[in-house]
Amino acid sequence: MNNIMIGRFVPGSSWVHRLDPRTKMIVTFVFIFVMLFASSWGTYALSAVFVVLAIRLTQQPFKLYWDGLKPIFWLILFTVVLQLFLTPGTPVVLHVGPLQVTWPGILNAIYVMIRFTLIILMSTIMTLSTPPTSIANALESLLAPLNKIHVPVAELALMLSIALRFVPLLMDETQKIMNAQKSRGMSFSTGGPIKRARAIVPLLIPLFVGALQRALDLANAMEIRGFKDAASRTKYRILLYGRQDVVAFIGTLIFVLIFIGIKISGV
Amino acid sequence: MAITFEQVNFSYGAGTTLANPILHDINITIADHQVTAIIGQTGSGKSTLIQHLNGLLKPTTGQVIVDDLIVTNTTKEKQLTKLRAKVGMVFQFPENQLFANTVLEDVMYGPLNFGYKTDEAKQSAQSALKMVNVAENLWQKSPFELSGGQMRRVAMAGALASNPDIVVMDEPAAGLDPKGQAELLALVSNLKEAGKLVVFISHQMDHVVSVADQVIVMQDGHVAAQGTPADVFNRDIDWFKSVNLDLPRAGQFAEQLRANGVSLSRRPLTLAELATMINEEYEHE
Repeated sequence: MNNIMIGRFVPGSSWVHRLDPRTKMIVTFVFIFVMLFASSWGTYALSAVFVVLAIRLTQQPFKLYWDGLKPIFWLILFTVVLQLFLTPGTPVVLHVGPLQVTWPGILNAIYVMIRFTLIILMSTIMTLSTPPTSIANALESLLAPLNKIHVPVAELALMLSIALRFVPLLMDETQKIMNAQKSRGMSFSTGGPIKRARAIVPLLIPLFVGALQRALDLANAMEIRGFKDAASRTKYRILLYGRQDVVAFIGTLIFVLIFIGIKISGV
Repeated sequence: MAITFEQVNFSYGAGTTLANPILHDINITIADHQVTAIIGQTGSGKSTLIQHLNGLLKPTTGQVIVDDLIVTNTTKEKQLTKLRAKVGMVFQFPENQLFANTVLEDVMYGPLNFGYKTDEAKQSAQSALKMVNVAENLWQKSPFELSGGQMRRVAMAGALASNPDIVVMDEPAAGLDPKGQAELLALVSNLKEAGKLVVFISHQMDHVVSVADQVIVMQDGHVAAQGTPADVFNRDIDWFKSVNLDLPRAGQFAEQLRANGVSLSRRPLTLAELATMINEEYEHE
């Protein structure tokens, strides 16, 4: 349970850590958007260089990112297999029953794998270097214009940050209840699927009871401190773009321009 | 049924970049039919230590020997289930583990998992509920209708129902009222009398001296001291400050007496002992 890297924040003081969370969010978004147009070795190579550079700037070991990819391995594999067998075209390389593997299929599969990996790595860079509350703040700030059309952005951001705050608590709680029930002989790894599914009940019920209790406690605590609505709140951390954010944007812009260049020249 | 730790080290996430060492070279023996208290400030590794007693955590290196079962880093889950049948584990705030429709069913959960037949499980659940003083009219109620104190006792019955030889409790007195605390100490004594090995974590030194035969002091993942309460609590006052622990009330009182020029031959554990010592040592003055 402790080795899930997706969305985990690793404290640090690297160049990337110190960037404004909005910058990281925009850069990540731009990168993912641009990746949708990658279609050749040149564009993928460039994107990989960009990601590797960004990883270096977080000053975290590559192994950490590698661990982060592991849980998504099966998803990637599934997509790769789909691409491999379901891309039409010539020449056909291999026949497997009614299915066939084509050369474009193989290329597509490799491209999809790289694309997936790079996108996940890029998002990992953002979540790994940004505390969840900062991500919620950044989202609130970036979506602020929607306030004009009466979207309750502040409330949504608050809900998001509370939800994020609850994730580690619930993980902890799950571990505790699991330990308690394991001590009473619970086993997830024996019996048929129905027996295994039933084994989860003694875990889920206490977890839900606890989560509801926590939510009530939090609601009470907020009300006691006079919470009415999120809109008029002031911020403890005020987001400010700095010089390094400009550098990050310029870097990203250069990346996008070269990308377009490669794309047009068709390498 | 004694418990032995041999050169046990433990790290969370061992072998990864985020490895976090918690326990360092633990060598302890916990004698059978005795009550052992584990004390130490928050974060000293007490809870991590006791999770090794029923294989919830396995030592990163070294071994834990419980009776004839040896737990090392490579012990299989199936072996651990055998171990867990012997060890009743009561966690901090155990009331959070309740889930069943009725109190009785919840307490039967453990015995059923450990292979008891339904009527056997029912019988041992009933005797466990009696042992912790849960009134019979509550047995068919939902555990969520009970008061906090009652829930705590039902959860304890849940750990005791499979009739374990070893009972481990992590801060069982936390959040109980004085009456509940007294009942808990009585339960610990009863368990000892029934021939069980009891290990408990406590922050209340008066509880420790009133029921424990042996004390283990943890600090920063090391065993800082081990011995009888009389030995451990007779240590130098500066040592207690260094491990961030308090003395029992009687010991504190004796320290204040000493600061005012009334010294006793050794530090008393209980108030009764304190009174006796003052009477005997200052009888003729």
